Amino acid sequence: MAQPFRIATAGRLGKADPVRFTFDGKSFEGLHGDTLASALLANGVHLVGRSFKYHRPRGMVSAGAEEPNALVGVHRDAARRAPNVRATVQEIHEGLNAVSQNRWPSLSFDVGALNDLASPFFSAGFYYKTFMWPKAAWERVYEPFIRRAAGLGEAPDRPDPDCYANRFAHCDVLVIGGGAAGLSAALAAANAGARVILADEQAETGGALRYETGAMIDGMPGWNWAQAVTADLAARDNVRLLTRTTGFGYYAQNMVGLVERLTDHLVSPATDQPRERLWQVRAKRVVLATGAIERHMVFPDNDRPGIMLASAARTYLNHFGVTVGRNVAIYTAGDSAWQAALDLKRSGVSIAAIVDCRPDPQGPHVEEARRLGIECLTGHAVTGTGGRLRVSSIKVRPVSGGAERTIACDALLTSSGWTPAVHLFSQSRGKLAFDAETQRFLPGNAVQELVSVGACAGNIDLGETVAEALKAGHEAAGGVARKLPKLAADSTERWSGGMLGAGEGAGAESTAKAFVDFQNDVTAKDIRQAVREGMRSIEHVKRFTTTGMATDQGKTSNMHGLAIAAEMLDRPIPEVGLTTFRAPYTPVTFGALVGHGKGRLFEPVRRTPMHDWAEAHGAVFEDVGQWKRAWYFPQAGEDMHAAVARECRTVRQSAGIFDATTLGKIEVVGPDAARFMELMYTNPWQKLGVGRCRYGVMLREDGFIYDDGVVGRLAEDRFHVTTTTGGAPRVLNHMEDYLQTEFPDLKVYLTSTSEQWAVIAVQGPKSRDIIAPLVEGIDLSDDAMPHMSVREGMICGVPTRLFRMSFTGERGFEINVPADYGRAVWEAVWAEGEKHGACAYGTETMHVLRAEKGFIIVGQETDGTVTPHDAGLSWAIGKKKTDFVGMRGLARPDLVAPGRKQLVGLRTRDPKTVLEEGAQIVADPDAPVPVPMLGHVTSSYWSENCGHSIALALVAGGHERMGETLYVPMPEGAITVEVTSTVFFDEKGARTNG
Amino acid sequence: MLLIHCPYCEEGRPELEFRHAGEAHIARPENMAELSDEDFERFFFIRSNPKGIVYERWRHIHGCARFFNAARDTVSDRFLTTYKAGEPKPDLDGEGK
Repeated sequence: MAQPFRIATAGRLGKADPVRFTFDGKSFEGLHGDTLASALLANGVHLVGRSFKYHRPRGMVSAGAEEPNALVGVHRDAARRAPNVRATVQEIHEGLNAVSQNRWPSLSFDVGALNDLASPFFSAGFYYKTFMWPKAAWERVYEPFIRRAAGLGEAPDRPDPDCYANRFAHCDVLVIGGGAAGLSAALAAANAGARVILADEQAETGGALRYETGAMIDGMPGWNWAQAVTADLAARDNVRLLTRTTGFGYYAQNMVGLVERLTDHLVSPATDQPRERLWQVRAKRVVLATGAIERHMVFPDNDRPGIMLASAARTYLNHFGVTVGRNVAIYTAGDSAWQAALDLKRSGVSIAAIVDCRPDPQGPHVEEARRLGIECLTGHAVTGTGGRLRVSSIKVRPVSGGAERTIACDALLTSSGWTPAVHLFSQSRGKLAFDAETQRFLPGNAVQELVSVGACAGNIDLGETVAEALKAGHEAAGGVARKLPKLAADSTERWSGGMLGAGEGAGAESTAKAFVDFQNDVTAKDIRQAVREGMRSIEHVKRFTTTGMATDQGKTSNMHGLAIAAEMLDRPIPEVGLTTFRAPYTPVTFGALVGHGKGRLFEPVRRTPMHDWAEAHGAVFEDVGQWKRAWYFPQAGEDMHAAVARECRTVRQSAGIFDATTLGKIEVVGPDAARFMELMYTNPWQKLGVGRCRYGVMLREDGFIYDDGVVGRLAEDRFHVTTTTGGAPRVLNHMEDYLQTEFPDLKVYLTSTSEQWAVIAVQGPKSRDIIAPLVEGIDLSDDAMPHMSVREGMICGVPTRLFRMSFTGERGFEINVPADYGRAVWEAVWAEGEKHGACAYGTETMHVLRAEKGFIIVGQETDGTVTPHDAGLSWAIGKKKTDFVGMRGLARPDLVAPGRKQLVGLRTRDPKTVLEEGAQIVADPDAPVPVPMLGHVTSSYWSENCGHSIALALVAGGHERMGETLYVPMPEGAITVEVTSTVFFDEKGARTNG
Repeated sequence: MLLIHCPYCEEGRPELEFRHAGEAHIARPENMAELSDEDFERFFFIRSNPKGIVYERWRHIHGCARFFNAARDTVSDRFLTTYKAGEPKPDLDGEGK
């Protein structure tokens, strides 16, 4: 018979369509609306996984998000293989393919279960004790062993093909949880006219009303009321209803993170449909209605498949119409579990016994159980269980002591009471208060605009819960002036009673495995051992035993672990502490957090107007920050070395054309512009003539080089400042900082013009001949426009700021034109260049040519600890200036002390050897370890123009070492170098002037 | 994500629009050239970094681009107030406790 454990008269799935799915390759049938857990249980399958450490057989414990055991892989296709999916949360759909985890070779026969026999070896803290020595064994033996043995599901090995969405939302009232409390609060808030968002983690709202059959609200059975209210709310314009949506994180100023699951329950989602959506909601008020989580009983061998929470069994029966067994036993310390026995009995399921460790529980549920003829063993405890892959019996004895008796069963429902779900409240930084009478941590003082209602606030009475939630929603909506709504609500059920910690048979002397934390295989004995070994704070107990550190974050187990530790320490629970609740409440996929920000959208890509031209001409690009820059332009048959050598030669023989657009550009304007420049740069600016340029050095206040660049004075009150490519934003920030906060009286405006100008550098002996036919209104002769000057005029019919400057040591120009004309002007220049045998060159050639001249690159020759003196730039400091940023810093004792690392040139003894950038420099490679390091190589290239390798380096006392022989130790042996000037080519600098 | 009130825009905007800029109310000395090493050390290196109320600079870099000052409690991560650059340090209750 299909689905033998489905009871036709029970549950709400009724005549739902059958759905076929597979688990570990075997085909099963469930019903539309089932979770994977309910569908497996309908087929009598309890065994779904192996535990983490001992590989013990495990089944479903819960029917919800708190599930510690029933983790499976869900494989939609080769790339979509989600690990560690809770079977109690995953809805089934036609063709769903689920597999068990952490077992080999099969679920029912697993070699790793040997760990269970070897369990003394794996007791609490075994990581810290067992794998200590020998040290070498870590890499080869221990770590591979641990990695293979530990862990749960397998991560997919292909990129995630799904897309994920991200939305920001604002509302007046955000309600987390759609049970009786959350719906009441949302209803009241919506009635008061507030903009409401209601989020519930399940496919349908209703919360505990899903199984609590005794509830009546507004004259309707609780579940029916919930669906009616939900339909009402969903139809309202001021309400956004989000199901399958978990509030996972509570952040500052009422920012709450929600994740909405959109497609995991669908047979074949549309390819453009996001799998999940991250909501970042900023709410004026938050109503937390997150309910409570039932705890299991802690007793020997309490982890066999078929042993589950009483509320879970009720959910399977009352909602899904599935019984978890034919002959079910109950073990409880609270009232609510009795109701499970009554529900099952009324559906025709045999109840083996109700075992309640309390001596004399009272109430209508007790009387009803007795009336139905159920064996009620009050004052008794379950002290053991039998069965290999499924529970088959329990051992029962009186709490006061006495003979043990074995009772056969095929399922055991346990409950030790309810833990309020205060996770989000705690994440909001609200303080929790321990209620000694009911042994619960409850929300105390809130520090954000929020209120907790219902079971998460400790309320166990439905009527009170609904009244409290209506009031909370009403007030959160600011509806104080209106009449407070009322709803009649009552339940025949009771949630009172309960216990914390280990039960009978799992006491201090017991060596039995009484599990506290199922997912991390932590027993009561482990927690006691942690205390015996000196752990005092629950934070230490947690880390030593790993209790509560699994993917379920100890939702069912933390309170038990805490109580056992407190008992061992003989201290009250609040003094032992409570571990911190951290986001996320339940696991969140990386996909949801990343959203669209991956691949091409991970980071913006910046391209210059000439990018496409470079691409069409075969450029190889390099990333410089967010920019794509042409690196070199290989011709047919050329590798990088050959291309760069040719480009270097060509620039110095005729000319080269280079895209310098990425340089940062800042327009400094105003009557006080020169005064401001004096303060920001080391150089003097007041006397710089209009139409002239100067190489500027910018320092931080501590005296170290921050940036550099050529500055042109266009008018008395206008400077065109260039910065390094990467430095543009921070230089502007630095300038703005001083202008706004230190020198606010200066009349200066700063404008970033980096994106406004395209820059074409034309460098080389033929540069003037190339641009001359294109330029209008500017006299390009050396007399009229010498090196380091700037002119405004026209080129190719568009306005230009034309700089005569050089980063190559050749006669050179940098043509600034409005960015939109960059490509057209570039092509015109290129056409002229070709007539003179010019080439296009990239950043690599730019680097080599400037290094041949000893020009530094900030960030390559400097690292934030280099002064202008160190870099050989003392000449750039205005000697008569009374202040500039960094002036006082430069006089600090360490900055004027001898022996500082200074910039020098290096020549290798073998001219063909090219040093490695970053390589260390020593005086004696044979010195005993630790060898004193003198400095390092900052730039190193093959120089085609010099015919030998060149390098720049920072070397201690370098300026005094000219001609010295030093060594660069490398794995193949030390390389001998000679300290030289930083200028390798055209030392007198005659070429720049023509 | 924090909401920060920009005193120039007169609006609370998300933290993403702002950049932190270090401790506030540290004026750059006007007589930099004559500053002793000790005074320079105090000006440039020494910061109070208290637990509790800090006065710090922020820049509304992706908004109006202005630098302004804020008083923030480092324990609760709450902004107590924000004010324009150049305005005096507000006298807040609980300071120095």
